[in-house]
Amino acid sequence: MSVPQDWIPPKAGVQESRPSREHVVAGLKATDEGDPELVQLLTPEGERVSDPRFDSYATDLDVDALRSLYRDLVLVRRFDREGNALQRQGQLGIWVPLLGQEAAQIGAGRAMAPQDMAFPSYREHGVAWTRGIDPTELLGIFRGTDHGSWDPKASRFHLYTIVIGNQVLNATGYAMGQKFEGKVGEGPDSEATICFFGDGATSQGDVHEGFVWAAVYDAPVVFYCQNNQWAISEPTERQSRVPLYKRATGYGFPGIRVDGNDVLACLAVTRWALEECRSGNGPVLIEAFTYRMDAHTTSDDPSRYRLADELELWKLKDPIERVRVNLVREHHVGQEFFDEVQAESDELAARFREFCENMPQPAPDRMFSQVYAEPSPVLEAQRAAYLEYHASFEGV
Amino acid sequence: MAQTTLAKALNNGLRAAMERDPKVIVMGEDVGKLGGVYRVTDGLQKDFGEQRVLDTPLAESGIIGTAIGLAIRGFRPVCEIQFDGFVFPGFDQIVSQLAKLHYRSQGKVAVPVVVRIPFGGGIGAVEHHSESPESYFAHAAGLKVVACSNPADAYWMIQQAIASDDPVIFFEPKRRYWEKGEVDPDAEPQPLFASRVVRPGSTLTVATYGPMLKTCLAAASAAETEGHDIEVIDLRTLSPLDLDPVVESVRRTGRLVVVSEAPSESSITSEIAARVQQEAFYSLEAPVLRVTGFDTPYPPSKCEEDYLPDLDRVLDAVDRSLAW
Ligand SMILES: Cc1ncc(C[n+]2csc(CCOP(=O)(O)OP(=O)(O)O)c2C)c(N)n1
Repeated sequence: MSVPQDWIPPKAGVQESRPSREHVVAGLKATDEGDPELVQLLTPEGERVSDPRFDSYATDLDVDALRSLYRDLVLVRRFDREGNALQRQGQLGIWVPLLGQEAAQIGAGRAMAPQDMAFPSYREHGVAWTRGIDPTELLGIFRGTDHGSWDPKASRFHLYTIVIGNQVLNATGYAMGQKFEGKVGEGPDSEATICFFGDGATSQGDVHEGFVWAAVYDAPVVFYCQNNQWAISEPTERQSRVPLYKRATGYGFPGIRVDGNDVLACLAVTRWALEECRSGNGPVLIEAFTYRMDAHTTSDDPSRYRLADELELWKLKDPIERVRVNLVREHHVGQEFFDEVQAESDELAARFREFCENMPQPAPDRMFSQVYAEPSPVLEAQRAAYLEYHASFEGV
Repeated sequence: MAQTTLAKALNNGLRAAMERDPKVIVMGEDVGKLGGVYRVTDGLQKDFGEQRVLDTPLAESGIIGTAIGLAIRGFRPVCEIQFDGFVFPGFDQIVSQLAKLHYRSQGKVAVPVVVRIPFGGGIGAVEHHSESPESYFAHAAGLKVVACSNPADAYWMIQQAIASDDPVIFFEPKRRYWEKGEVDPDAEPQPLFASRVVRPGSTLTVATYGPMLKTCLAAASAAETEGHDIEVIDLRTLSPLDLDPVVESVRRTGRLVVVSEAPSESSITSEIAARVQQEAFYSLEAPVLRVTGFDTPYPPSKCEEDYLPDLDRVLDAVDRSLAW
């Protein structure tokens, strides 16, 4: 094996191996003009449009349904902002904001049937909301008192997963189980699974393996990728050369791109995908094309890697504003409704905050709790010794 | 001399290695424009270009696996794993390929890959961001495992690790990234695979590494006020373990306390305890005691104060040893 001795490393700045950020922004602009592949039922201007492929999944979305979705979006954004503020005030160690991704999450979450199962990543506060998990349950993770306090079995919403892509195989296995138990097919108790992950996650081996497994076992699982354009500082083109939804073809199942800032489209497309799965035609990959409006987490500084232009551009596609405009223009919904939702969201935020500020410090015993399902004598001894040591400080 | 943070010392060390050898490349998630989440690679992409500082796709198996291929081709990759708990998707590549290639090829293929891992707790983070997985790597034959504890060592050890023809798993104490110390770029560095007596003493030996060194030095100072003269050894190298200075020390002091944040079962601290009792049995006045994290997953951060060994727990062990 020969090593080229005269290899000279390229100089900085000489090789722009990837499109510039300006180029990428221009690419995003192009989606404004209507990507033919992008499913949309509500334009950024709030106009209800038809998509012959998915209209039948949105026939019941009348003004009441729209109001209810609007409420979801506003409430979820409100407590998300409160989470951010609580971190800034030192009440939380970190917060993972969902700003900008409300429609992608509410649309998918509201498409689920009670018997369906969801496997989230760590930003899915909106999906948690649709599964009936009180937002206060999310606080322990970010305050550092627990790793998730809700019951994943009862809520059919798995614990948050921080290791990127890890949950995709678990979701696939769960879906295989649904199939093995005969819960796939026609009928009211048919089940499906939905698994959430980001655009960056699609690079992980686990995600690839999940796609392979799901395909060969026809697992009833919807892979729901929220492409928010960034994996911390790395843009989507650092993960893939083709649009992410197109990858599904290679595994042998359909992939579809939906306007992730359009709650109606996300709802309709996810309903379709879950039905495909429930009836045995799964898996399906959905790419919800959206944007992370805030930092990756409260520890991140996006000004180091992305352009203000880009943010301005996506502001025009705000997921909540377009529903509001539609409610006003097409359904003549009056100001009182918006005021009511506003008041409700303020109450929720206040309750969220109060809960956070009053969360008790876990006792030292917490550390040893539930490591094993069966007792471990070694750990019991460690626990006893530590508690005794700890108690020796009392009154000192 | 100017004071440098540990993170900046690593940055300077990486820069020096990259300037010296054009085959040194840095790769990992967010290491380019962002400069890494801890800014250890800050400015390197700007100065060395996108082919020497690679923002990789988000996949640890991919990072390690391609680094191995690059090394086979003659490069010297330095991989950054963003946090300790995220190394496991790349663990297969590390233990199946990185650790074994030199042996399998009977020396025909060297894989001089450095895997940098910020490790340990104490920063109030969410789960998977505070782990101490070093024993897994020390257990894999074929890997060298080191941990720095201060800026001067960080500066030299990263360059030495890169210069080593063996794969090196390089642990960085993340909660000490912002702590400052003197770095003399003209000094004669300590060899990479050697432990060091940081504080000489005669009553009892404390052996530790990485983030716990500072805690142990503080404990030694506190014990001094009670008349105990404690020797503190920074192990620096976890595999191969440079145990001779520890054994020599125990022969003088008769007592050993080993301190680490990692859980205790089947760990580096168990290894040290076993070998020291074997090699210095007749010198020991007390059993080797260990102060470690507990055998639980790393707990929620509000419990870290209970989990992590602190000054009091080290002193408690010192007292128990002395009372034997
Ligand atoms: C295995 C693993 N490697 C690295 C990280 C650190 N990390 C946390 S989030 C993140 C980016 C994730 O991007 P993406 O998958 O697009 O999801 P998003 O956060 O944008 O929703 C990285 C690199 C991690 N959590 N897990």
